[in-house]
Amino acid sequence: MRSKRFEILAERPVNKETFIQPWPETGLITIGSPLDPLPGIKIKDGKIVEMDGVPREHFDLIDHFIAAHSIDVDIAESAMNTPSLDIARMLVDIHVPREKILAIVSGCTPAKVVDIIQQMNVLEMMMGLAKMRARKSPANQAHVTNRKEHPALLAADAAEAALRGFAEIETTIGVSRYAPLNALAILVGSQTGRGGVLTQCAVEEATNLRLGFKGLTSYSETLSVYGTEMTFTQGDDTPWSKAFLGAAYASRGVKTRFTSGMGSEALMGHSEGKSMLYLEARCLAVTRGAGSQGTQNGSISCIALPESLPGGVRAVLAENLIATLLGLEVASGNDALASHSEIRKSAKLMLQFLPGTDFITSGYGAIPRYDNMFGGGDFDVTEMDDWLVLQRDMEVDGGMVPVREADVLEIRERGARAIQAVFRILDFPAITEEEVQAAVSAFNSEDMPDRDRIADIEAAKHLLDGPLTVVDVIIALQQSGYTDVAQNILEMQRQRAIGDYLQPSAIFDKNFHVLSALTDPNDYMGPGTGYRLEGKRWDQLQDLPQAWEPRKYLGKIADEGAAEHWLEELGPARTGDRMEVIVAVSPTFGTSIGHTIGGLDLREVLANLLKGIEDEGVSVRVVRIRHTSDCAFIGHAGARLSGSGVAVGIQSKGTVVIHQRDLAPLENLELFSQAPNLELENYRQIGRNAARYALGKPTAPVPVKIDNTARLRLIVQTTLLQLHDARQTQAHKAPIELRIRERR
Amino acid sequence: MPNTKVCTISGRDISELTIDRVLSGELQNEDFRISADTLSCQADAAESAGYRQLAQNLRRAAELTRLSNEEVIQIYEKLRPGRTTFRELTEIADRLETQYHAPMTAAFVREAAGVYLERGLVK
Repeated sequence: MRSKRFEILAERPVNKETFIQPWPETGLITIGSPLDPLPGIKIKDGKIVEMDGVPREHFDLIDHFIAAHSIDVDIAESAMNTPSLDIARMLVDIHVPREKILAIVSGCTPAKVVDIIQQMNVLEMMMGLAKMRARKSPANQAHVTNRKEHPALLAADAAEAALRGFAEIETTIGVSRYAPLNALAILVGSQTGRGGVLTQCAVEEATNLRLGFKGLTSYSETLSVYGTEMTFTQGDDTPWSKAFLGAAYASRGVKTRFTSGMGSEALMGHSEGKSMLYLEARCLAVTRGAGSQGTQNGSISCIALPESLPGGVRAVLAENLIATLLGLEVASGNDALASHSEIRKSAKLMLQFLPGTDFITSGYGAIPRYDNMFGGGDFDVTEMDDWLVLQRDMEVDGGMVPVREADVLEIRERGARAIQAVFRILDFPAITEEEVQAAVSAFNSEDMPDRDRIADIEAAKHLLDGPLTVVDVIIALQQSGYTDVAQNILEMQRQRAIGDYLQPSAIFDKNFHVLSALTDPNDYMGPGTGYRLEGKRWDQLQDLPQAWEPRKYLGKIADEGAAEHWLEELGPARTGDRMEVIVAVSPTFGTSIGHTIGGLDLREVLANLLKGIEDEGVSVRVVRIRHTSDCAFIGHAGARLSGSGVAVGIQSKGTVVIHQRDLAPLENLELFSQAPNLELENYRQIGRNAARYALGKPTAPVPVKIDNTARLRLIVQTTLLQLHDARQTQAHKAPIELRIRERR
Repeated sequence: MPNTKVCTISGRDISELTIDRVLSGELQNEDFRISADTLSCQADAAESAGYRQLAQNLRRAAELTRLSNEEVIQIYEKLRPGRTTFRELTEIADRLETQYHAPMTAAFVREAAGVYLERGLVK
């Protein structure tokens, strides 16, 4: 036998995922493999002769590099002798500054760093991340790619991403020969959207370096490192080659960030039985030793692998935290698709979103997932409003700002036209008017005309191999009238010569001021310190285009209803003495309010109530209650006037109660609290039931549609209508009898 | 870097990097390249802020400004695993030291050669 509930559960998105038990010998374990070494260090004559239980003669490639470059030998012994629990406690102790922790951790081995982290739960790690993040102001990075590698679409998307507040934009390629054109398109697009956005094109290292040399990119985060020798060399690099590459980029004024992430070694089959987090700690030690200012980590493309194991999401947070402990800028993952489950995906995000990191995602898809050439993307353009709402809900700066559709269309067009002009002047295959128009309003690259791919690749080759550089791009933009874009790209080149953005965690603000660990250091020391979302920035983040002004709503509905006076006031309502049902209406019913919250005409609502009562042959009087706007009290006041003792109480928004004189005010015979779900037929049935109660007949309650989202959707409108009714109450005014005027 | 005169590798003062000079053809890509001096200053700034390894990287970078793009790419290729012999790596190190006055990078390549030899990553 199968449980129907388990059948449903089996179909849930989260159960599309794979969950396994740990298998430590193969590296399928997030933290604490039995084969992980215990922390330890031995130093002789200023040199590390044993590290994490491995003597120097058995050092592998990575051990050698870490021992030579990563660990500050002067402080190593005292750091390693400090109990891990003490260091973990310093991380959450608001009285211990970031600098002190950086100094201690600089003397720690990878196994020691893992041991520190193992003392902490997720909440403590998040506090640690908030304190240890290098840059005070959090930021975010975007992916801009498309399947057709369409330059106009790339430029339009980059312009929009820049407008939406991303500090860095990266692109990549489907066909690697496109790289120069893609790099060019997002450079021009991004600098159209906002000057100072950093851009990169993720391709093979040598090509990437050439793009940097030409000034077409301003950062690079393709420098992958691995935690075991076999995986590192299979990645066709060594710590020395990667470090050399890092220096090479810096020598041309290009910012770099290494990348690593737990799970890659197990995935490649060479984990040596070590846990994912321990291997990642080694990667990060290499990253620091190589002198990279930062890292992109958080499992990245392997994210589903740690997530298949217990503690996976915690361990991914742990690796972000370790990066910050080593003084590295961290672009904290949340880029590759992390779950089929929206709940799981969002919950995982919170671990970086709430504390804030240098880049909360190392690539938010500023394009539809269909076009994401980085392998899909965890979040995409269709989820941006969710992100903006989360920022507003939690008063958290997630690095994205609300935008208006008109502004987006305008900037997209400018971005597309700017790249069109550059292509024209550089004599690349023309971008047509049709392509520009398509790029402005496109959802994805399916909306774009096809281009001559052979000709584009030829142009790309010409750009990479020929003499053209960013200087020619600046001239093209200036000559075609895009002087502001030219100026922004020129300023990026000046900054490349100044090099302030080579310091840790550097981004530019819109005035090209560098925000880095040096100019904007994180000084979090508990409440009242560090980054606070306030002032103009908070005003900006809460200003969603879809948020409306409640004062105007009230004015609008009140005006709508005021047009027609169809209820005539006859005079004070008397207490009845015969068989009847009273319909008692609220102060604004049919005067300043004309429709229920469900959109029904109040005149028809009242007519149906009356018809229902008359269906049972009972007479009816309509009265207006003026001293209260509460549905129960309106109903009860009506019941006290009713000859039968039964009344229907109704508010302008459509909420109804059937009441009886001898009940307490908050009791009732039947209550219909979800007005949006009521239809006219329901009101007639309610009238009928009220009459039957008056006659003392056996009566089954009125069945109504139940829609549990009604309250969720309409609670604001309900509140406003209730407020309007409440404002019209007159405490000392007695009920008044009403007559329905005939329709003219 | 406030309070310091910043010149590019071609000797241009930063203030000379204007759109007019770009349009007149006076400035080339080379005129926007960061100089060794600037990188050394950045290295000092990183070091005094506590980023020792980054500082060393920036000092190596200062040395690499003296190499052409193609030379940089060639050395990078040689440093990848299994690309060359121990001897060629030490020769590269020597050349870096004598020809390019890049002693830190030279020492770095020499260190790599030793480890590569030990770990079987040279031909």
